[in-house]
This record gives sequence, structure tokens and C-alpha cells, in this order.
Amino acid sequence: MPLAAEGATPAPDSPRAPPRCARGPGAWLRANLFANVPSAVATLLLAAALVRVLPAAVRWLVTDAVYSPDYAACRALDYRAACWGFVAQKYRLILFGRYPYADQWRPLAATLLVVVALLVTAHPRSWRRWLWPAWVVILAVFLLLMGGGAFGLSRVEPGLWGGLPLTVLLTLVGMAASIPIGIVLAVGRRSHLPLARAASALYIEMVRGVPLITVLFVASFVFPLLLPMGLRLDVLTRVVLGITFFQAAYMAEVVRGGLQALPRGQYEAAISVGLTWWQAQRKVILPQALTLVIPSFVNSLLSTFMDTSLVTVVSMYDLTGALRLALGDPQWRHFFLEGYLFIAAVYFTSCLAMSRYSAWLEHRLGSWARRPEALRA
Amino acid sequence: MGRAGETRVRGPLFSWSTRSGRARIAQAVLLAALFAAGAWLWNNTRANLAARQIHSGFGFLREPAGFAIGEGLVPYSPTDSYLWAFAAGVGNTLRVAACGIALATFLGIIVGVGRLSRNALVRWLCTGYVEVLRNVPLIVQLFAWYLAATEILPEAASPVELAPHVYLSKEGLQFPTPVWARGWGFALAGLGLGILCALALSRWARGRRERTGRRPRGLWLGLLAAAALPIAGWVAGGAPRALDVPEVTAFNVSGGTGVTPEFLALLIGLATFTSAYIAEIVRSGILAVPHGQTEAAEALGLSRHQVLRLVVFPQALRVIIPPLTSQFLNLTKNSSLAVAIGFPDLVSIANTAINQNGQALECIVLIMSVYLTINLATALAMGVYNRRAALVER
Repeated sequence: MPLAAEGATPAPDSPRAPPRCARGPGAWLRANLFANVPSAVATLLLAAALVRVLPAAVRWLVTDAVYSPDYAACRALDYRAACWGFVAQKYRLILFGRYPYADQWRPLAATLLVVVALLVTAHPRSWRRWLWPAWVVILAVFLLLMGGGAFGLSRVEPGLWGGLPLTVLLTLVGMAASIPIGIVLAVGRRSHLPLARAASALYIEMVRGVPLITVLFVASFVFPLLLPMGLRLDVLTRVVLGITFFQAAYMAEVVRGGLQALPRGQYEAAISVGLTWWQAQRKVILPQALTLVIPSFVNSLLSTFMDTSLVTVVSMYDLTGALRLALGDPQWRHFFLEGYLFIAAVYFTSCLAMSRYSAWLEHRLGSWARRPEALRA
Repeated sequence: MGRAGETRVRGPLFSWSTRSGRARIAQAVLLAALFAAGAWLWNNTRANLAARQIHSGFGFLREPAGFAIGEGLVPYSPTDSYLWAFAAGVGNTLRVAACGIALATFLGIIVGVGRLSRNALVRWLCTGYVEVLRNVPLIVQLFAWYLAATEILPEAASPVELAPHVYLSKEGLQFPTPVWARGWGFALAGLGLGILCALALSRWARGRRERTGRRPRGLWLGLLAAAALPIAGWVAGGAPRALDVPEVTAFNVSGGTGVTPEFLALLIGLATFTSAYIAEIVRSGILAVPHGQTEAAEALGLSRHQVLRLVVFPQALRVIIPPLTSQFLNLTKNSSLAVAIGFPDLVSIANTAINQNGQALECIVLIMSVYLTINLATALAMGVYNRRAALVER
């Protein structure tokens, strides 16, 4: 026994430091990059590939690129480097669509307002009762800034709204309007009334079974047929309604997940202290179930945000559609890659922020949800 | 909610004072509301259709469609009926969905396992792949792929040769295919027969192992049958060897079988996008198998390979398969984005038809019923699978 040979048995209480070979960057490298022969081979091959690709990518994207809106300089590059000049030339068209050029401070202000409001809302410390009326005011100010027609702002038809503000608008309004419908559908699906259950389930499953594009087609082709003869809705309203009806079915499933995670005892206890079914839902069940699914709400917000890009198919110019508008210019058309990288970066940063936030929130709320009595059915 | 027993309460059918009576009143009100809403919409639609002089009904399906469809497995010409045009669209949807599902599953499994790799470089690359693809809208990716396929690829007169006689250009991908002959039919029949033999043999072997505890030898006979019978069929059918090989001409690539750049862009876009989601499903499925299972299997003396094959994979599959099917359905539904890049799938053909004849209601009902049928069929299959795979707990 080597230990006995060394003679010194460590005292039971003194923690021994790990051997030197298990610490430090060398150990990390050995464990994570050169654990065995196949791993070492993979590391070397990938590293060789990265060494070849990364500098070229940096040269194409950053160092050799042209940043000024100078068409001749971009042409002279002959695609050997990125022409961010296209974005520099067209960024206002891409970000704000066909909104009147002189008034584009208004969509900018409206978008910034919503982004700041979202950042404030993101922190659980601001989850107070004033948040709901505050959001109503924010949406009203957003619409006022976009549409004008009061306070000396000139009127801008919704048909001219576009770019990032349109994406933000479709996402927020679609999300906000689909939550109440989703709650009603979710409660309906778990109701003890067979008719309510069947109607909710039929709606949810039918909508979830078809692609969003068909719902947008319904919004643009069929809604005008369904409404009374005199009533006309503009295309923006119809598309918002379509997104809302679509998202409501998914929202219903999210809420149902929260309802199912609540133990039955909560409902039984509420009834046994004399609450009616409605009171039990409103005061006991829904507040807990909705808190449980807040992280899922953020994920729904993320997928709605990405889904709004489909409205370009029904000729609306959201961020994606506005880029296609910008690419309609035959002179700059060849620099589509730069344009798509630009909007992909916008989508990517927003979505990554949302998904990281959702994970953080899940962790934070988890301490509540993980209470032993909270999740046991 | 104590439904049992309430039905025994006697009293008026619609009474406010009993629970079941209130439930009946609520249902009656709901039914009336649904019925009223339906009647209102129906009336509006009838009035609107009459005002626009659109003759509703599915009669138009028998009229000639009159528009061309770029590609497809279903033979179609503009003189064919609308119904046939829709069938061609369904064929294209299913074709791109089937190819996409195969490719996405393949990529997804590789990336998902790669995210769990002990090699940090592999792990980071796979994580980057998943994060980038999941956080950019699919339609943006599709537009980018499509423009890349039609702008960056070389002209058809000077294509890239990926492999001998496999050409990639702005016109799409062209590859050699065997000319259909009787021998290929025999070979296909032989393949089917061989697979049946192999399945029957492994079933017999499994039954025997469960009875006697011993694994019978000679299982390779099944594999041999699956490999040898198609070759035998091919030889029996006269061993046809003619290939339709694409050749580069002065203007384009002619001959062989080709797929269009629209198909390629849609396939690659759908497959890479969905593979990121599949990778996450595979990863969480593998992580869902408790480590104790692996340790217990190792303690029993199973080899590393046996641990994976007999203990980890079967349990991970039970977690993976349900969300995986819903990703397959998502891919099929997302293939409707074909309309944005001009691939003639069901939705874009319906879109063309609507623009031509204004029968929006009927066309949309058709699209929705096709997707709902696909969903329903998958849901039924999944129900069967879940009943078979459900854990039997004691």
C-alpha cells in the first residue's frame, strides 16, 4: 500500500487539495479537448478548420468591408468583402418601411418607448397593479405616435406603417389580445361542461393543426366575406386579428399547462371555504397557474415575434418585408446577403435576449414553484 | 369536482338552484351563442358572395386550371383540372416534407449528441449552430437560402461538379438516375421480400431468446437476404445498367434527374431550421435518462456499447419520440412557406388558384383539410405508439 509506505495518513478533518493534475488550464484542456484519441483528433481537425475559416470571415465581415453608402466602392469589392454600404444607404427603409421620411422620428420614438417599457416590465419588482393600466397607456401612445391625427401630428395611414415598429406592434398586440382568449379557451378545455370542453378542444386543435400562413390567408381573403356588407377592416387590423386567433390556441395550451400543474387540492380547498367556481378560478386557480407559466409566456412572445415575419407573404412590410422592399432597388440587389445578415442580427439579439430572460425567470420563479407543496398533485 | 351523484338530483331540467341545472343552462346559453355566431357569419358570407357574384361550391375543381406547375412527381399539364393541380401540390408538399424530415433528423441527432460531447470545441460549435438557427425566423433563412441559390451559384453553363456527374448551378441540382427497366422493378420487389425475411427472422429469434434465454445464431442470414434478394431480382430482370447521366452543354446541364433551386432552398432551410429543434429534443432526451441507469448497467457488466444500445437509447427514445413527431408536423406545416419563394407546394398552388378564380373559401378549406388530415393521421399513429411505449409500472 503506497499510502502506508508514505507513512503519513492525513487527519480526517483536513480537506486535501485535489492533485495538481486536476486543476488549472492544463487539466481543463486535457479533460475537454484531449480526453482521448478521437477527441484529440476532432479538436485538431476542427481547430485547423477554424484557423482557416475565422480570419477569412473576419476579413469579409469587418476589416475589408465597405461601410459608406458608396456604390462604386462596393462594386469594386466584387463580393470579396461585405458591403455594409447597402445597410448604411437603406437602413431607414429597412427599419421604418414606407413611413413618411420626414416623420420617421415618430416610429423611432414609439419603438424606443415600447422597448424601454418592456425592459422595465421584465423585472419582477415592477409586477404591480399599475402595470396593466400603464401598458394600456403605452400602447395608446404608441398608436398615437404611429397614426397621428391629433396633437399636431399629421395622419399616417396604417398601410404605410412598416419595418421594426410594425413587427413590434404585431407582436405586442397579437400577444396581448391572445392571452385573454387563451385563458378562456384553457379554462373551457378543462371545464366540466361537455359542450365547452368540446368547442374549446376543437378550436385549439384545428388552429394548431394548420400553418400560420393559412390563417393569414383567411385573414386577408376570408375575413372580408365573413363581415357584414358595410363593414370593412383594413389589412393591418385583419392581420392582427389573424395572428391573435392563431396565437390564442397556443396560449391556451400554455395556460392549460399551468392549470394542470396546480394540485387539485387548491381547487377543492377554495370550494370548501365557500367560494363559487368563478371566484375559485379568479382568486385561487388562475393567479397561481398564470404565475407558473410566465416563462412560457416569454417563449410565446419570442415565437410570435418570429412568426410576425410571415406577414410579408400577405404584402405587409414588417422588418423582413421592408428589407425585401429595399432589395427591390436593382442597383443594390446584389448585396442581399449583407441585408439579411443585418435583419438576422436584429432578430437574433432580440430572441436571444428573450430566451435568456425566460431561462433566468424560470430559475428565479423556480424557487417558488419548487416549494414542495406547490407542485405535488 | 364531484360529478358523480349530481345526476341523481331530481328537479326541473333547467334550474338555477341545482348545480347540474346551472350547468345545463350554461351549456344551452353557450350553444345558442355559438349557433347565433355561426348563423351570423354564414348570412354575411352568403350576402357577400352574392354581391361579388362568386358561385360558391367545389364545382370549379373539375374545370381546367390553366396554370403551369414548375415541378413535381405528379404528372400535370395546364389543361388538367384544378383538382389535379391540388393533387400535384399535395405531392410536392409531401415530397419536400419527407426529404426534409429525413435530413433534419439526421442533422439533429448529430448536433444533439454533439452538444453533449466531452470535447469542448464540438460542444461550442453545436451550441452555436442551435442558437443561431433557432433565433432567426425561418422565412428570413428561406429568403437568404433562395437568394444564395439563385444569385451566388454559377450559371447553368458552368456548374459546380460536386461529384462525378452531379452538377449544382442556378438551375438547381442535377444528378444521374438509372433508366427505369424491368430489372429495377424486380430489384425493388426483392428488397421488400428481403426486408420481410429479415424481420420474420429477428422476430423468431427474439421469441426464442425470450423462451430459452439463448440468442440463436444465424441472424446474419436475414441481412444477407435483405442484401442478396434485390441483387438477384436485378440480375433476373436482365441486369439493366443504363444510366440517365446529366451532361454540361453550352447553355445548361441536360439529362439526368434534377431538383429546382426553389426545392433545394426550401429543403435546406426547413431541414437546418428543424434540426436545431430536434437537436435540443435529442439532447434533453438523453439527459432525461437518470445516470443511475448507466451506472447500474455498467455494474451488471454490460459493455459501453451495450449500455447505450440496451439501456440508454430505449429509455431516451420514449422521451424523444413524442416531441420529435410534433417537430415533424411543424416541418410539414412550415413547408407552406414555400409560397414565399415560389416552390409549387399545396399552399402556393391554392394561392394561384385564389388569384385566378376568387374561390378563396373553398381553396382555404381544401388546404386546411389536407393539413388537418396529416395531423390526425400522425396523432392516431402516435396514440398507438404511446400505448405500446408507455411505462408499465408495478
